[in-house]
Formats: sequence, structure tokens, C-alpha cells
Amino acid sequence: MKRRDFIHLTGLGLGAMMSPGLLAMGQPTTAEQLLVPGMAPADKKILADIALNTARSNGASYTDVRIGRYLQQFLFTREKNVQSINNSESFGIGIRVIANGTWGFSATSDVTPDGIKACAETAVAIAKANSRLQTEPVELAPEKGHGEVSWKTPITKNAFEIPIKDKIDLLLKVNDSAMVNGAAFVTSNLFMVNEQKYFASTDGSYIDQDIHRIWPTFTVTAVDKTEGTFRTRQALSAPMGMGFEYLDGLASEKISSPAGLIAYRNSYDMVEDAIAAAKQTQEKLSAKSVTPGKYDLVLDPDHLGLTIHESVGHPLELDRVLGYEANYAGTSFATLDKWKSGNFQYGSDLVNIIADKTQPYSLGAVGYDDEGVKSKDWNLIKDGVLTNYQSIRDQAKIIDEKESHGCCYADSWSSVQFQRMPNVSLQPGKEKLSSHEMIKGVEKGIYISGRGSYSIDQQRYNFQFGGQLFYEIKNGEIAGMLEDVAYQSNTQEFWNSCVQICDKDDYKLFGTFFDGKGQPSQVSAVSHGSSTTRFNGVNVINTGRKI
Amino acid sequence: MAILTQEEAKQIIDKVLSFAKADETSVSISGGKTGNIRYARNTVNTSGESNEIMLSVTSVYGKKSGSTSINELDDESLRKAVERSEEIARLAPENPEYMPMLGPQNYPSTNTFAESTHSIDPEFRAKAAADSIVPSSEKNLTAAGYLEDYSGFSAMGNSKGLFGYNKRSSVDFSITVRSADGTGSGYAIRDYNDVSLLNTREVTRIAMQKAEASVNAQAIEPGKYTVILEPTAAGDLIGLMRRSMDARSADEGRSFLSQRGGGTRLGENLFDERVNIYSDPNHPEIPASPWNNEGLPQEKVQWVENGVVKNMFYTRYWAEKQGVPMVGFPSGIIIEGGDQSLSDMIKSTERGVLVTRFWYIRAVDPQTLLYTGLTRDGTFYIENGQLKFPVKNFRFNESPIIMLNNIEALGKPERVNGSMIPPMKIRDFTFTSLSDAV
Repeated sequence: MKRRDFIHLTGLGLGAMMSPGLLAMGQPTTAEQLLVPGMAPADKKILADIALNTARSNGASYTDVRIGRYLQQFLFTREKNVQSINNSESFGIGIRVIANGTWGFSATSDVTPDGIKACAETAVAIAKANSRLQTEPVELAPEKGHGEVSWKTPITKNAFEIPIKDKIDLLLKVNDSAMVNGAAFVTSNLFMVNEQKYFASTDGSYIDQDIHRIWPTFTVTAVDKTEGTFRTRQALSAPMGMGFEYLDGLASEKISSPAGLIAYRNSYDMVEDAIAAAKQTQEKLSAKSVTPGKYDLVLDPDHLGLTIHESVGHPLELDRVLGYEANYAGTSFATLDKWKSGNFQYGSDLVNIIADKTQPYSLGAVGYDDEGVKSKDWNLIKDGVLTNYQSIRDQAKIIDEKESHGCCYADSWSSVQFQRMPNVSLQPGKEKLSSHEMIKGVEKGIYISGRGSYSIDQQRYNFQFGGQLFYEIKNGEIAGMLEDVAYQSNTQEFWNSCVQICDKDDYKLFGTFFDGKGQPSQVSAVSHGSSTTRFNGVNVINTGRKI
Repeated sequence: MAILTQEEAKQIIDKVLSFAKADETSVSISGGKTGNIRYARNTVNTSGESNEIMLSVTSVYGKKSGSTSINELDDESLRKAVERSEEIARLAPENPEYMPMLGPQNYPSTNTFAESTHSIDPEFRAKAAADSIVPSSEKNLTAAGYLEDYSGFSAMGNSKGLFGYNKRSSVDFSITVRSADGTGSGYAIRDYNDVSLLNTREVTRIAMQKAEASVNAQAIEPGKYTVILEPTAAGDLIGLMRRSMDARSADEGRSFLSQRGGGTRLGENLFDERVNIYSDPNHPEIPASPWNNEGLPQEKVQWVENGVVKNMFYTRYWAEKQGVPMVGFPSGIIIEGGDQSLSDMIKSTERGVLVTRFWYIRAVDPQTLLYTGLTRDGTFYIENGQLKFPVKNFRFNESPIIMLNNIEALGKPERVNGSMIPPMKIRDFTFTSLSDAV
């Protein structure tokens, strides 16, 4: 299977059609092996120095080394059955150099002194060969060496230490709860990732990081055989930069949302959500089909995160803006001249969007990026005005920055690192406002929760989004469930129609676990925080058809 | 890494099977060379080549199965892999849908390998990129492209005597050319098993023409239009329909092929009677692997005949449960067309829109296979049989099922992403909004 097919499959959502077992990236192994400690940092330092010294003596002016151990445990169940349990481990080293002003990269799973030497020599040879085609020599923004440091995702329960049986029992309980409450079918999955990354560079950094991510999710299906119709509802969980403690289901982390929905902040009750999903999926089968037209939209953080991702996160990736993704993901409407003008009104003056690699529990949180830059936060949109992009070290000078933003990431030791999206989040409103109070002010609107169908053009102007749950708002009250809803807008028009943002008590993270970019394509995981937000006068279409 | 011969592969597989103690054991080996070159802003960004070989072992005890993989083929590694795989299998939960391994099969021999593709080297890739970059920069256009090639083999065997071996090669090339001011953009894409059929200069020329012709696109009102979909655009949508022809989903009532009141729409006239879709592993332009997703021999399968749904695809488990013959997922499909060229189709069009490709296609409603997405890299208005002017891109909301009922004409099929797809003239195609994207 080609990597892009993998991206495509995951992009479709984890419905009944997905074949489990296709996702694991490393070599299959046992759950016990995933708990065996990796190589000690002191040993990694010795090996990293071999790479740094070999590259330097072969003529590299800069070198960075990533010794990575990537662990994954993916569990798939369907109704009463376990479909598959995939444990995988991938270990190797990636060496990136600059020689003759040009990048070169090579990687190997032979993590021995001889293997590393040969790999470093290849990286330099590739850089020198490619330098014949180089027209703009690479210039790195300075980054001081950090010495020997470490960083760890602040987890309290390592998901890999939880017995498989407990995880399977949880997923089967989720399935059973959904079936008992009227589901015709249910699939549930648990994705757990641990990146044990050691980074060293000729700047004098030796960085040891232990990064954890988790994503519990399900899809519940209801079928009306008489009518020949079916509806689904996916989990309202978010993938998180957390351990198994995310599944504790703490009452203190639940947010009461309109229409009786529960939003889960940093603790998820999967069984409770599955029961709600089973009931809502039944209700969807007979929900009223939306009348197309202009509506005021009240968008829940579990929905708005994806809109932020697509309409703010991607267009402000500097490599897209510069044209490096022109043949695949596309370019961007947010061109350098708009940024330079200093007055490009991306959104209304309520809109403040921050990029960061530091938010606790987020997927983007790390101590340092994959080129040794300490993580930070910065404004992308301030009071509605475009103020910055997302950059890495060899791009910083293009936007007059003295330092990189720390957005460099590779999805494996064997992939070359490049610019990836940090967390991109809408800041909560400053005035006290709950989502219930927000609904009271809407005369004709739709409340939307959960991620659904999504599509946006290659320069990120025109988009269309669906959702998981839609509720009609009439004269300040929820007036029942709607179906066949999708909204279409233009990025700048949409963000300028933002009129109200709930306060920080309503703020929560949304996440995406398998964001694809590049050729050959790489995945990354990223979070987007927001509070429930209101957008006025957005065009809603009816997606119902007869075939 | 050299490509293992059939004999070499069989010898290794037999050795692994001799180490096995499980109830059932299967072994697969695949290996080969992958190379790529990527360029943008008229300069090469990355290029690379990797060789790899992987051996996977699957062990089964009763209905419990486990797998592992390695990339060393010495006896010690093979022995350890078998032990690891058996250990994983013993720890695995029972899979109630497990199907016993297949016995010996008669696989067709298919022509999926070309020596020319196997001999691609870094120099070849650099020249392929230069043939694309140089003509573009000479005309003050900006090229961004990607070429990826693969040549290798796969072999499989099991403790019940099954053995199969196949060599395969492929090359995928895509190119986007943009005008210097960013107001025009053109695209072309090709895929072959045999790289001698690929001329990156010629393919780039098509993208260049589209880039120049699409400068300063005009806005026309969204709505229902007669469209002429180039094979790439038509293939983008039809390929998604192919993935949805799954029998189990249809039987379970959650597919566009599910019938009101229960059952499926198999045998129903769902499309225009000119629609004929089949798959054939021996098609000269899209040769397929000798075996399907379940390890059974690939066969010619008629999916749609004169507009009637003739087949859906199954897993072995579901076919047995339903008591029907197994039909595998096709590796590529052939949609029969006519002799008309794209320009013939344009000439016969009074008013319409020519679409080069679609982008960011996502399912909106699996019930009706409604998809949304946008036109991209070359969208033109047709009037009185001629291309009149470039138009701004549209967002569409359309179902391939509805589209294949609104056929005006089908042209001569071309290879697109491993399938044979004709250009299609479709009436009442639904564009719902405009996009400023170029």
C-alpha cells in the first residue's frame, strides 16, 4: 500500500470500511516488547557524536542526528469482536547535513558505529551531489546549543503499561453500551503512540525526549432497513498528548453544552459518549432535513477545531506560502504581501489566534522540535490582523524573524524533517459567556458539534464543512435535530463574521492524529483549542439527494 | 537490493515454513527499489532512493493469529521471526472471522514488470526533472513536480502448499505549472508500469499550456452545467465509487447499494445503459497483480453491465457466511467508452465547462455517495464547440451515481491511477459555489 493511500484511508474517517492492520508503521512486535527500555541517553550520545564527527570530517558545515524509537499500539474492535491488536516498533537513525550550502539526508536502521558512519557519509555525498542544482544556499536562523537536556510528556498513566485486556474490555464495553442503546453496528479503536527521540546537532544540543499521544474513538451506526437509510455518529473525543489518564472520565472535566451534549475537556468518558451516540444516531434517522439559506452558526470546539486547522493552520504554513507544496497540497491565499501590509483583516477584531508547541495535553507539545529549537508560542492573528506564519530555521529570514518558530517535524527517523503545523488555537473571549447564554442570543441559527465532512481549495479560500450533530436554533432556543447540513464560506469572509466567543471555561482542545503533507507524504498530530464561537449569516446547503 | 528470483524466494519461504510449529503458517517476502525526485520553484528540493526487503511471517493457532516482519534473511533471523510470530499468535484474542489459509492456487501470469523502470537511476530522475523545469522556466513559468518509481517483487507461500511470485514496477509522475504572477495554473499526471511510455517534457507541456491558458480566469455563476471531465477528473470521482462497492456494507444496510426494505441493489439498473465497468488482470494497459486482496487468483469481473450492477466485492469470510462465491476487490477498473477524443467532445458542446481535475474530494453522504470537492488547475468555459475563456474554480456537490445517469457522451479511455477511464460529457453537474483559488 502506498503511503498516500494510507493517508487517504485515515482521512475518510475510521468507519466500517477501514481495514485494520494497515496503519502500523514499524515492525510488528509484542506488547511486552514495547515496555522494554530503549537505549540509554549516554549510549545515544556516543553514537550521535560518531555521526556528527563523520559528517564534519566529510565536509558538512552543519549536521543534526535523530536516533528514534517509535512505538505504536493500535486496537480495533467491532461489536463483540476484537478485529486486531497491532503492536509495532521502529528504531533507527536519520542524519541531516548541510554541505556546499545544500541539504542532504540519509537514514538507516543499522544503528552501529559502522552503520552510522556509512549513513553520515551518504548524507554528505547526497548534499554535495544536490548542490549542483542549488541556486539559494541554505541559511539557518541561529539556535544556541542547549547542552544535554530532556523533556517528557507529563503523563500520569503510561498507556503502554495498561494491560491489553483492560483496553479491550473497555472497547468491548463501549460497543456493548452502544448496541444496548439501539446501535446496529459499532466499531471502536484505540491508538497509542510513544516517540522516544534523541536529537543532537553541531550547535551543541543533545536532547532526549519521550512523547506520548493517545486517541480513543468509535463510530456508531443506526440503520432503518424499511426506509433503506443509515446514519453514523463518531466519538466526541479528541486525540491528546496524554497517557491513559485521558480515559478516566473525570466529572470535573465535563462541560455542559447545548442540546444536552457533553463536551470532554482533558478527561474522556468513552462509555457515556457511546451511549449518547447510539441514541443520537437513532434520532438522526428521522431528523428534519435542513432548509438551505443563511444561518448564524454556533460552533462547538469539537467542530471548530477542524475549521481552524483547515482555514488558518494550513494557509499560514510558510512552505505553502512560498510554493514548495504547489504540486500537492497547494499554495496559500495568505501571501507575503498581505502579511507585509500589516493590515490584512483575516477576521473580526475578536479573532486572536495563537500558534504554540507548549500547551499542556496538546498533541503539538514538545520541549524542542526536530531541529533542536526550544518550543514557544506566538501570535498568528492579533485582533483580526494577520501577524505571522509558521516557520523553521531555514525559513526564518524570509519573514524577518531572528529565530525559528520551532515547527520542524519528521514522522519517523527515516523521514526527513520539514515544516509542520504547530497547535493553532482561537483564544477565548474575555467576557464571561457560556454556550447556553450564546444560544439565547441567536434568532435563526444552527448549533454544530463534532467533525464531519471537510473540503477546502488549494489556496484555502473556499471551504465546506459538515459535522456530527446539528441542532436548529429558533428564537434563542434549541428547536430539534437537523440533518443534511453543510456550510460553505470563504476563509476571510467567515472569520470576519465571527461575532462572539465563549469564555475560557468553555475552552477545550480538538485534535487531528494523522494530518498528511509532503511528497512522499508524512503524518503529524496537532491540536486546536477554542471555545464555542458564533459566526453570523453563513451559507448553509442541504446535502440530501435521491439516487 | 537485487530482486529475488522465484526460486530464491521459494527457497527462503520453504526454509521459514520448516521452522514453523503453529497450526498454520504463511510467509511473504517483498523487496525492491523505490526512488523519487521532488521539485518546486523550478528547483529540485529532495531526491532519494531506497532499497528494502521485508519478510513477514503469520502464525495461526486455531483462530488466533500473529504476525511479525524482519529485513534480515539469515537463518538465525528467520528462526527468531517464526518464534516471535508464534509468540504473538499465542497471546492474540480469537478472531471469530478468521478463515483457514488457502491451499495451492493457479495464478495467472500478468505483465506487471518492466526492465526499463527497474533501471531508473538518479541521473534518469534528474533528467526527468530537468525536462520539466527547463521548458517551464524558459517561458517564465514555475514548475513543481514529483516523480516516484518502484520496481520489485513479492512472493508468498504457506504451510498448505500455496505459492505465488510476481514482479512489479511502477512510475508515477505529476506536474503543476504556475504562471509567474500566480494567476494561472495547469496540471497533468501519468502513471505506468513501463517508464519508457513516460515523457516528462511532453506531460509538462500539457501543464504549461493549461497554466498559460488559465491566466485571468473569469467568474461565472455556479449552478448546473454540462461538464466535460478529462479522464483524471472523471477517475477522481469514479475511483471512490469503486471503493464503496463492498458487499458486506450493502448486506448490512449501510451502503448506497443497500435496498429499501432489506437486501441489496445487485441486479438493479442503477446507471445509464451505456455504463459498462469491469476489471481484468490481463488488460494490456493496466496489468494487475496475479492475486487479489484475499490471495485468490485475480479474474476478469464485470461490475456494471449496460447500467446494471452485476457484482460487489467480498471478503472470504463474508462470501462464505452469505453462501456466495468470493469476488475480490479489483486492483484497477476499466470503464468502456467510445472513440471520441476530448476535442471531439468539446466540438459537440454548445455550452459547458471543461474540468482538468478535482481536488480535496470528501464524502458528504455515504447514503447517496454524495461528494464535495473543487475543480483545480485548468477549468474552461465552452461555447459553440470552442474553449472560450478560463473560469474561476467551482466547488461541486455531486454523486458519481447521479453523474453516471446523466451521460451525454463517453470518449476514449486512458490510463488514470491504474484504471482505464474515458473522458465524460455529463449534463446537470452541480456546482454550488465559486472559489478564488488558482
